[in-house]
Amino acid sequence: MSMPKLSYTVWFLLLVIALVVSVLCNLSLGSVSIPLKDTFAVFLGNSPEKESWKYIITDYRVPKALTAILVGGGLAVSGLLMQTLFRNPLAGPFVLGISSGASLGAALLLMGTSLLAGYTTIELSNSFSLAIAASIGSFLVLFVVLVVANRVRDTMALLIIGLMFGSITAALVSVLAYFSNAAQLQRFIFWSFGSVGNLSWAQLGMLTAVVTIGLLITLFSLKSLNAFLLGENYAKSLGVSLKTSKYAIIIATGLLAGGITAFAGPIAFVGLAVPHLTRQLFHTMDHKVLVPAVFLYGGILMLLCDTIAQLPNSAQVLPINAITSLIGAPVVIWLLVKKRRLFF
Amino acid sequence: METNHNILEVQNLTIGYDQVPLGGAISFNLEKGTLCAIVGVNGIGKSTLLRTLGNLQPKISGEIILVGKPQESLSPNDRARLLSLVLTEPMASKNLTVSEVLTLGRQPYTNWLGQLSDADKEAVANSLSRFDLNDLAERKCFELSDGQLQRVLIARAMTQDTPLILLDEPTAHLDLYHKVQIFKLLQQLAHQHQKTIVFTTHEIDLAIQLCDKILLLDGKTNAFASPCELIEKGSFSTLFPSEMVRFDEKTGTFKVSK
Repeated sequence: MSMPKLSYTVWFLLLVIALVVSVLCNLSLGSVSIPLKDTFAVFLGNSPEKESWKYIITDYRVPKALTAILVGGGLAVSGLLMQTLFRNPLAGPFVLGISSGASLGAALLLMGTSLLAGYTTIELSNSFSLAIAASIGSFLVLFVVLVVANRVRDTMALLIIGLMFGSITAALVSVLAYFSNAAQLQRFIFWSFGSVGNLSWAQLGMLTAVVTIGLLITLFSLKSLNAFLLGENYAKSLGVSLKTSKYAIIIATGLLAGGITAFAGPIAFVGLAVPHLTRQLFHTMDHKVLVPAVFLYGGILMLLCDTIAQLPNSAQVLPINAITSLIGAPVVIWLLVKKRRLFF
Repeated sequence: METNHNILEVQNLTIGYDQVPLGGAISFNLEKGTLCAIVGVNGIGKSTLLRTLGNLQPKISGEIILVGKPQESLSPNDRARLLSLVLTEPMASKNLTVSEVLTLGRQPYTNWLGQLSDADKEAVANSLSRFDLNDLAERKCFELSDGQLQRVLIARAMTQDTPLILLDEPTAHLDLYHKVQIFKLLQQLAHQHQKTIVFTTHEIDLAIQLCDKILLLDGKTNAFASPCELIEKGSFSTLFPSEMVRFDEKTGTFKVSK
């Protein structure tokens, strides 16, 4: 308490160490267990004990670990942005209808073709076109929400509008599901399980670019985010131009949550739970501290969830969306019981 | 600036929502270091006037001149260096610590990242000690009493270091002791620190005793003068229906009509 500066530095160091440990765990554990010394050997350019391990690490596990960090960190930051903007501790990246928009895009691509009979789904739906369809879906919904939001002044109203659009798109998705065949439905359900493991290096590059732009906009919004903690009227009286900063924050969220959902599928609870978990460590509301901390924490949590989902030493992989929910939901309940209310 | 010391000039201002005017035109001037109360019955537009002066809602017609410049010609950041607010609405996040709230008052002076200079840190430290908040500095706002919270919000406005401070009902929800404490604090800030302070209040008796000027919103003439002048003119006796409440000019207080 007396020296908060020091304890922030200590916590940041611990988070970085935890991130490194999680990355190493994530790289060496999986259907094939690779000893740490062989993992290091691959990084140092030496040959590991088995040649196949080299390919497993460089072509599969490293992109997967990097994806997990970007996905977890990006979703957690977008959750933090939403909680501050909507003054609501239950806001997450999905409240603007971003995830449901992505689902709608994916559903249209995977299942909509049965409505426009004649095309074969398999040709259309490689993972790249899936990512593009999901991004278009999430941005379309975000755009409609923004247009409607322009006509309401209250941020709470914007929150409700986002939720309503979520319901509309979810309804459209179930209509599509009703008319599609078993194979199409299965593909959609697999997408909705979420995954950080299917990205090629090229797709990872695109994801990195989207997340970087989202984080850069966040960086330029740090000052107004802090002012929003007092409320919009106080923020305005402190010289914040409300419209510009709100749009910047919403676009950053759209890029982070929309881009991530497009590549990794809908991943629940990281955006909602990680900001609250981070506030347990850092007793500050300053976004200059919270944004990097939340990003690190989100990355660590996602790596751990992915490691569990891989079910080490078995050929099975669990849906990562189920793991994040199984961990995230009890954490939110535990926080509520412990603190009696969620702060933001 | 060079010819007059008026911090706030209001000329023929009409206020209201959606172009529907609320009451008659309002005009008054406030010099540096003046404590001014806005009084009037519920719904007459005290808060609307304060919000209009604070640029939180548009005026309908008339002029608002801040330190010699029309309010609408100022950039958001310039305005934030001239005018600070204490509002009735709760802070969005009560998880902020007292010193974080004061630090936010320095935003108009910090760079794009909001990094504090030595001068900013000094201003926060000064406010903490001036408002007797050193012991509370690391407390979260949800742990504070209403009186403490009001003191923190006023301290934040002072940390913003503006010539004009507007407060909306700063003594609502407080007991008499804390009401008087806030009134005295505002008077001290106006007279010792040369701040121009405008606030809305229902505490007319306290305002008469402690304020330099009173703006009496009645929807028609909107009298503005020193408390003594207003008493002499009999302005207070028309404020409430006389069969309910009557103003005793000798004591300067309101009495319930029997």
